[in-house]
Amino acid sequence: MTTSTTKTKARNAYLAGVRDGTPFMFVVVPFSVLFGVVATDAGLSLAQAMSFTVLVIAGAAQFAALQMMVENAALPLVLLAALAVNLRMAMYSASLVPYLGAAPMWQRALVSYLNFDQTYLTSITRYENSPEMTVPERVMYFMGVATPIVPLWYSMTLVGIFAGASIPDAWALDFILPITFLAMVAPMLKSLAHLAAAAVSVVVALLLINLPSGMGLLIAAGAAMVTGTLVETWLEQRK
Amino acid sequence: MTYSTVQIWGIIAALAVGTFLIRFSFLGLIGDRPMPPIVLRLLRFTPVAVLPGMVAPLVLWPAATDGDPDPVRLVAAAATLAIGIWSKNVLWSMIGGAATLYAGLALTALF
Repeated sequence: MTTSTTKTKARNAYLAGVRDGTPFMFVVVPFSVLFGVVATDAGLSLAQAMSFTVLVIAGAAQFAALQMMVENAALPLVLLAALAVNLRMAMYSASLVPYLGAAPMWQRALVSYLNFDQTYLTSITRYENSPEMTVPERVMYFMGVATPIVPLWYSMTLVGIFAGASIPDAWALDFILPITFLAMVAPMLKSLAHLAAAAVSVVVALLLINLPSGMGLLIAAGAAMVTGTLVETWLEQRK
Repeated sequence: MTYSTVQIWGIIAALAVGTFLIRFSFLGLIGDRPMPPIVLRLLRFTPVAVLPGMVAPLVLWPAATDGDPDPVRLVAAAATLAIGIWSKNVLWSMIGGAATLYAGLALTALF
């Protein structure tokens, strides 16, 4: 293969990624605007809210951290709750190894920074369906998927920060956050094991509501993960 | 919020580093070594284990009504959940939940 065809294939992989990432622009806008609004409402400065969104770049965890901060939870509990929400990304990271493990270190670091639900789920589906892709093509495809999403994530947060100060209480923004969490969770309730995990999470969290902020949630999450795993294993053994 | 500026920046920095390390973990540092299947299975339930427990008290005892259960917010939460389970779509679920919330708030303001 000549150098020029290699370059063409890499460019085509990138463009395919851009095309497949474009529909997510509609999902990113409400979440990122909302983060800017809620962060400002909670008392973060412009620099703090923007650093948050650029450095952490993980919607659900950012909202989880903000919620804990609004409740004045102890610092380790704020960190634990937000990082617990992000633990699924360790699984994403692990499942990319067979496809991208041979890429140069700086590319793996860049993919890691950009590895969130939309980029991961889109890319892994493509890798599974197109086993003939080379490692550079896979990296370019991943970058392509991130291209329409990430700049929008940053800029719409900024819009939310400026809009946030002028939004009246009557808009009930306090409750947009719970709605966002529910909207993220509902589509995940696709099996009995997931339903059982969610139910245990709710019941244990409510029972332990009087523990210091965040502590009950961590116990509830641990119990729910074990429940989900047990139910799934049990269902498999019955087959 | 009662944290100092330094504490807030500390939270942001720690979350930035921690989140990156989670994402970098296997791809960057651990490489090709296989993980025990039980760990993978536990990790898969993470989002569904954390978010419901976080949201339940916010739905039942909203801060905006001083912790009293609010029919409008309860109905909006139920609508969000129902639309999300039915459509399997985060965006529709959010839009439907917000629409229900505002419709309910408008109705209670009228009567």
